[in-house]
Amino acid sequence: MNKKPSNRRQTREVDAPKYHKPTKADVRPNRAAGGGFADKLNAYRDLHAHALFSSLGRLVAEPFSSLMTIAVLAITISLASGFYLLLVNCQQLTNHLEASTQISLFLKEEVSDIRAAKLLETIKNNPKVQQATLISKDRGLEEFKTYSGFGAAVSSLKSNPLPIVIEVLPKNSLTNKDELEILQHEFQQNEGVELAQLDMQWLERLQSIMALAGCATALLNTMLIAAVLFITANTIRLELHSRREEVIIAKLVGATHAFIRRPFLYTGAWIGFISGVAAWFIVTVMMLVLRVPVESLSKLYGGNFHLLFFSFAQTLQLIAIATTLGVIGAWAVLMYQLQRTKPE
Amino acid sequence: MLKFENVSKRYQETGEVLRDVSFHLRRGELAFLTGHSGAGKSTLLKLIAVMERCNKGQIFLDGENLSHAREKHIPYLRRKMGFIYQDYKLLQDRTVFDNVALPLVIAGYGHQEVARKVRAVLDKVGLTGKEKKFPRALSGGEQQRVGIARAVVNKPPMIIADEPTGNLDPDLSAEIMRLFESYQQMGVTVLIASHDISLISRMNHRLLKLDHGQLVVS
Ligand SMILES: Nc1ncnc2c1ncn2[C@@H]1O[C@H](COP(=O)(O)OP(=O)(O)OP(=O)(O)O)[C@@H](O)[C@H]1O
Ligand SMILES: [Mg+2]
Repeated sequence: MNKKPSNRRQTREVDAPKYHKPTKADVRPNRAAGGGFADKLNAYRDLHAHALFSSLGRLVAEPFSSLMTIAVLAITISLASGFYLLLVNCQQLTNHLEASTQISLFLKEEVSDIRAAKLLETIKNNPKVQQATLISKDRGLEEFKTYSGFGAAVSSLKSNPLPIVIEVLPKNSLTNKDELEILQHEFQQNEGVELAQLDMQWLERLQSIMALAGCATALLNTMLIAAVLFITANTIRLELHSRREEVIIAKLVGATHAFIRRPFLYTGAWIGFISGVAAWFIVTVMMLVLRVPVESLSKLYGGNFHLLFFSFAQTLQLIAIATTLGVIGAWAVLMYQLQRTKPE
Repeated sequence: MLKFENVSKRYQETGEVLRDVSFHLRRGELAFLTGHSGAGKSTLLKLIAVMERCNKGQIFLDGENLSHAREKHIPYLRRKMGFIYQDYKLLQDRTVFDNVALPLVIAGYGHQEVARKVRAVLDKVGLTGKEKKFPRALSGGEQQRVGIARAVVNKPPMIIADEPTGNLDPDLSAEIMRLFESYQQMGVTVLIASHDISLISRMNHRLLKLDHGQLVVS
């Protein structure tokens, strides 16, 4: 029942050629909507800048819920990074200990003081040796008296039962167990040496404990990273839910998923970023608190152990990882949820 | 411009809502879609917006087959039509300007061009000077005109309105209808779902009438 004569329609199309281009151009995803390439680029940059600041604005607009989320995330991230830093510090400590591994050479009974001094010289000239000290029978006995607590009993001995000992400190570069064993073997070949003892057992134990600690930290951090992902995903899900109306309207006027996702991804990035910075502060404050007791303990053992804090690069890494996790968490939930937010 | 070929739509819960609907709207035509409540008017419009898919038949918009449109292609199809809703569907926490600008921002216009186009269209619908207001500070008629401005700001070749005058008094309704006619005069295809019979009969345009999902007048 078309009541209009068709020629009227024709005139109208001629009347108003400016209203729209009757082409399919608008339907092609990659065609410019308007203006030149530079204009498009500016518009794109504006979109990102707008999403960046509006998502921050939204977080600030609801300080209570943002703070709750960020606090939970910051604590989770500080646990993960705190464990990591603890591990790094322990590794530093064991490196110190490994570097001080000694090989003790117990000389044969019949070796004289003069021969021992000669042997000491040859050992000192060995390129793999950093330092070697000779402990004479007398000095050995002195030390035994002072440190063993059997002073009185030792004094009553008629002859000195202790052998001459040379304590060899290998070069620092020799931290590898195999290399140390080769050196030990070398010394054992020497005919003046009764026993060359490399006290590695406790070192091996320490190393396996450290390996275990490293493994446990890795596992724990995997769990904590998963927790961070779930927390951000849930936060973004709630945000998406409260802005459902907006998402649907945007979809109805032709927004692509990429367009709708953008502000939410920025929200995820902000949450991650702020939590990362907060976690850095938490861990750093904890380390400052620990520093005094640790260093006085270290002094008691005559060591010069200093607590390691986050380096500049590690700080950047921490914040970058936290931000990335925020984005990934947001992305995952958006991929799932946006398909399901249908206009209806 | 818009062509339905033997389109049927059934819902799981309610059964067949549209049955074998065929019609062809030419470029620059204005048509009313009427029918009793529950006749399937809104459903038909949803099929055009690809908010729902039809079960049988085919729908062509500007030569493009909507029934075969891929999911990621749909946003670009929707940019070719301006939708107007009875409940306006405005963002309450955004200004009139931001509401109207949304389709342009989505289409990737730079902000100068956005500002220029939004001002022009607000002038056209008679909302000059209201761009900083929020929707809830406007009357129903004004909100409806914001909705119309948003629908036409990107100059789509087709305008689709679902009961655009449902909440308005007769004078305002007539005014809104004149606005649609002015767009038709510029070559835009317009499809308006309405059961305001008196208004429709006064306006002497093509009529599509649905009765229980079947097109009885076209
Ligand atoms: N999402 C849906 N799921 C199931 N049934 C639906 C859905 N949407 C609509 N219907 C059914 O389809 C029929 C037509 O609904 P529709 O909204 O198209 O009617 P209408 O002509 O727009 O009516 P009104 O004039 O009251 O707006 C109704 O019987 C309704 O129950
Ligand atoms: Mg309806």
